[in-house]
Amino acid sequence: MTYVRPLLIIALTLAAVSPQQGMARPIRNGGKLLLTNGITSLEGASGGGLTPWAVIAGNETSDGIGLSAHGTLVEVKDYDYQSAGVAIGIRDRIELSYTHQDFNTNEIGAALGLGKDFAFSQDIFGAKVRLAGDLVYDRLPAIAVGIQYKNNNQGAVVRAVGAKSDEGVDYYASVSKLFLSRSILLSGTARLTKANQMGLLGFGGGKQGGHTLQFEGSAAWQLSRRIAIGGEYRRKPDNLNIAREDDWFDAFAAVAISRNVTATIAYADLGSIATVKKQRGVLLQFQTAF
Amino acid sequence: MSIILSLLLLQAPHALPGETAVDPYVADNRHAGAAPFEGDGMARAFGGQEGIRRIVDRFVAINFADPVIGEIFANHDQVRLKRTLFEQFCFILNAGCSYTGRDMASAHKDLGVQKADMNRLVETLQRAMGEEGVSFPAQNRFLSKLAPMRRDVIEN
Repeated sequence: MTYVRPLLIIALTLAAVSPQQGMARPIRNGGKLLLTNGITSLEGASGGGLTPWAVIAGNETSDGIGLSAHGTLVEVKDYDYQSAGVAIGIRDRIELSYTHQDFNTNEIGAALGLGKDFAFSQDIFGAKVRLAGDLVYDRLPAIAVGIQYKNNNQGAVVRAVGAKSDEGVDYYASVSKLFLSRSILLSGTARLTKANQMGLLGFGGGKQGGHTLQFEGSAAWQLSRRIAIGGEYRRKPDNLNIAREDDWFDAFAAVAISRNVTATIAYADLGSIATVKKQRGVLLQFQTAF
Repeated sequence: MSIILSLLLLQAPHALPGETAVDPYVADNRHAGAAPFEGDGMARAFGGQEGIRRIVDRFVAINFADPVIGEIFANHDQVRLKRTLFEQFCFILNAGCSYTGRDMASAHKDLGVQKADMNRLVETLQRAMGEEGVSFPAQNRFLSKLAPMRRDVIEN
């Protein structure tokens, strides 16, 4: 039952955009420039590591259907995090994604009374549509809107810490542009969300129950065809009474190891998580895309 | 003398000796599809006219031999393409040339170029520029002049 709504949203999205695809030419393979599909953000949307960009998953242009898969590992001071997921990019227009997140509280779980190695999990179904523009070629930047339906598996626990719900939907809009003359990519995202720590600590809380508007951004500098470095910022809501939530930052290097594999390493500062401050550490990701 | 010469160039052959004839058109630098860079920094980054000539010759050779986009070039006049591309690159890089070729829309009409082909072309050009030792930032600066031409090059 919980999956009915995301599936419905995805089906409606497909129905809404399918007429224009009926006119399109036959499918062909391959075609995006290296790194221009981005990496996979924590919640499964293509973009940077912390925030979506207005790009579509996979290596295909408007003449193809692309796929990507990723695995991400984040090791901060007191917690471990892993996520893995898949995405399909249809004609460089529509992106549908699924990601499963695991957040392990290690020793902190015991201190919080949840038990050592207590883990929160979450499933995220995402859909993104590039409305207009192009990351590389056109004067108009790429512009996309997206939604993320998130379902946390620890309903009783997240309610016990003060969350209003174990499921929620984020809505976002992204604008992204690679400025070739400077080899710099800039991307900004506005997100409506009620998620606590992306939803891993549930949705809404005593300080703030509903959706709030948050801003996120990435800046990347392309050093060569295969290497880009940059930084990201993600503003976060602060909904829960018992645990302050901080904004996120990272500094990353992404390498196109081959046409189909992108590896990313980042230093991330995730601030205070579940009452424990200064959660800083390393983010690693491998993404494969076709 | 130079006036007579430029008049001759304007009126006459749209194709030089050794090139296949093309339908008449009036030459105009605006056909190059981009305004030239200011100053001589980019011309120097590309090794002047000699460097640009080598890059264009290599670029054209790679494209004709390319497994993905080679067939788009297959029936093209390689001699004319090398000349007009050289003029276009040299003009945009402000290395002291005029462009006498056709505009981008006319030159690519009915070629059936798709977005993936354009990206492939960018990669072959990156290879040719890289082999000549053009720095990556300079490569991208040049590509930023070519990128807006995509709408005239690809088939919509």
